[in-house]
Amino acid sequence: MTTAPLLLEARNLRISLPQNGRDLVHDFNLQLTEGEIVGIVGESGSGKTMAVRALMRLLPDGLQVTGEALFRGRKVFDLPDPELRRIRGAGMAMVFQEPMTSLNPALTLGLQLDEGLALHSKLSAAERRARILGMLTRIGIEAPEAALRAYPHEFSGGMRQRIMLAIAMLNAPDVLIADEPTTALDAVIQRDVLELMLELARDSGTAVLLISHDLSMVARYTSRIIVMEQGQIVEAAPTARLMASPQHPYTRKLLSALPVRGAVRPRDSGAPVIEVRGLAVDYGRPGGLFRRSNAKRAVHPVDLAIAPGEVVALVGGSGSGKTSLGRAIVGLNPFSEGEIRFRGQTFDPRDRSRRDIRLQCQMIFQDPYSSLDPRMPVGALVAEPLRHSELGATQKAARVTEMLAAVGIPEAFRSRYPHQMSGGQRQRVAIARALVTHPAFVVADEPVSALDMTVRAQVLELFASLQQRFGFSCLFISHDLAVVEQVADRVVVMHRGRVVEQGPRDAIFDQPQQAYTRKLLSAIPALDPVAGGGLRLRWRFDDPDADGSDADSSLGETV
Amino acid sequence: MGGFRINAALGGLLTGVMVAVVLVGLVWTPMDPLAINFATRLSPPSPQHLLGADEFGRDIASRLMQGAATTFTIAAAVVAVAVTLGTLLGLVSGFAGGLIDRAVMAVNDALMAFPGILLAMGLIAVFGGGRYGIIAALGLAYTPTVARVVRGNVMTLRQLEFIDASWLMGNGVVYTVLRHVLPNCMAPIIVLATSMFGWAILSESALSFLGLGVAPPQPTWGNMLADARSYFTQYPRLALLPGLCISVALLGINLLGDALRDRLDPRMKESR
Repeated sequence: MTTAPLLLEARNLRISLPQNGRDLVHDFNLQLTEGEIVGIVGESGSGKTMAVRALMRLLPDGLQVTGEALFRGRKVFDLPDPELRRIRGAGMAMVFQEPMTSLNPALTLGLQLDEGLALHSKLSAAERRARILGMLTRIGIEAPEAALRAYPHEFSGGMRQRIMLAIAMLNAPDVLIADEPTTALDAVIQRDVLELMLELARDSGTAVLLISHDLSMVARYTSRIIVMEQGQIVEAAPTARLMASPQHPYTRKLLSALPVRGAVRPRDSGAPVIEVRGLAVDYGRPGGLFRRSNAKRAVHPVDLAIAPGEVVALVGGSGSGKTSLGRAIVGLNPFSEGEIRFRGQTFDPRDRSRRDIRLQCQMIFQDPYSSLDPRMPVGALVAEPLRHSELGATQKAARVTEMLAAVGIPEAFRSRYPHQMSGGQRQRVAIARALVTHPAFVVADEPVSALDMTVRAQVLELFASLQQRFGFSCLFISHDLAVVEQVADRVVVMHRGRVVEQGPRDAIFDQPQQAYTRKLLSAIPALDPVAGGGLRLRWRFDDPDADGSDADSSLGETV
Repeated sequence: MGGFRINAALGGLLTGVMVAVVLVGLVWTPMDPLAINFATRLSPPSPQHLLGADEFGRDIASRLMQGAATTFTIAAAVVAVAVTLGTLLGLVSGFAGGLIDRAVMAVNDALMAFPGILLAMGLIAVFGGGRYGIIAALGLAYTPTVARVVRGNVMTLRQLEFIDASWLMGNGVVYTVLRHVLPNCMAPIIVLATSMFGWAILSESALSFLGLGVAPPQPTWGNMLADARSYFTQYPRLALLPGLCISVALLGINLLGDALRDRLDPRMKESR
């Protein structure tokens, strides 16, 4: 590690707000050698993005930056603009988090791919074109010639992120800074994009700074990890050592926030609370007398039964139809075929006259920023579902108090509005609102995927304890199998609108029968606790393309 | 930031002064604004007539005050009509979607194709002028703008998860719209209403100037300006005073409207 020459260095970097002198980042030191892959881990607001952006002089005006940043020994902060521009792109490239907004929607891919290359290389147009086509093939674009004339909206999120990667890597930069490059993608695509990124980096000898809140993801791909909290580096160590014997309390907290498998619970053999038979969901308009149908089947007929107190996880990548199915069961989407039974009774969740049953089925939404009415204070938000209940006013008030206490929201928050709370607090309020009527069945649609790691762990724990306490049945929708492993009793795997596999959690996680399930599982680590409070990460089915029918043979690669 | 605050303060001050003048003008004026006195015809400012007297010897200050009251009342009524109708149409159109939305928006867009003042003149020509004619005509002329803004907001809001949550609570459409949709549309509606108040003052003055509005001898700024035309070369004061009032009122309201927009527009304050 010490033999390779030093590439990028930060010395006592400090970023502060000139207005009040508050430090956003302080004492940030970093040494990156050639070809090295280093991770920076921290939660939102930890200053990880700021620190790295400062290295490229990409911070917004009005922030005071002191300290030094050196790129190949040259002081980045003192470089004149033309020099800086030469380093950006050709020397240091960056991939951002949001693939939907980081490509220019008005320009073709060909132009956007060529832009950086034309600026930083002396290649002729034909040479550049050949190189771009080669890169597009490399990142898995099927028709590279056609892609040059295509616009960003013609590609999926995962593909766009690959294209961003291609743009960044075309110049074979010395450093690639990847800032939460896959956070907006689902687990499987995330893995594909990361593998591709590291493969490209290895080929051109590029050093990578991988920034993320996801410790297990960073641990998988890096040789060294820097942990940041509140603008400061709290721990920096080689990955294996950091994972096995974390020194700083915050690192331990991050490690303990990684989801681990919950205990197997005895199965309730009672009659199912919710039963779905042959349920199919279509989108688009059905055909009429004079019009051909443009309907697309999002969910092919599905059978599903959820026992009292059971948590069934519905997993799959984006577009697998899992959310459509969940929303159809509570009546937020129409379904085109099949039937839904609540405690043995067939009912249509969109039938307004069956309010009694509908109120028994509630939903926890993914995004606590849009699931709470911004104009209502917490007290009113949690009380609202009781509007149609037969409880008296004092009982209702008592219920709200009980629920707020149950989700750990202090009484003083009753008069607060959603924007005055953190994401975790909002999701707690959303959970309180869903459970205040004591529903028998709850659909939880990615309830923790919008939250930071440690908050995620807390909310998951809360969810599990509430589920124990109130005993509701739950359909837990998620693309993240790590989360599912912690909370689910049973797992249903969906792929392209069909159920491909279902069974008890341990069976699915330990002996998956289907290739797609193995692919999903390969995106998340199995965590083995080791002495000293650390964890060992183990990757399952690491090569999903190989036929891993013998599950044991593909276990065991360690980090 | 500093400039923004000064604008807001100035807008508030000017509007405040105008509103004070209006409130006083509704109940009290220094002299009877309609009392004709040929002895003081076209007299310059004096202790008796603070701003002088007009061609019939009427007290200009009193007429401006009552004119302000009339103009502002009409403008307020216009805004009330447009906001009520427009909000209603926008909510229905945006929330119902489909055929209803298309029908409402087709009519709406057809109306929007006409300049507001032209549409109002047409309506007045059909239904008659006067105080209520102006209110109805301008109110209808401004309705499509409100309807469009509200509809746009509703369509965005409709897709948010808290609306789904409302269905799951067993709430009906009317309750959901009133409790969850409308309050979240209020910021743009208030902003629009403020600037519309300014347009209404200007349009009312223009219509009265053209003789389509409030009939003399009742004063409004617009018809005072119209009456002053014949005397403009010798007594420019007669035209300048109501003109100045209109300008100052518009300036104040527009500054206030901009400040309100900056404060209330969720895009300006949302800092996620």
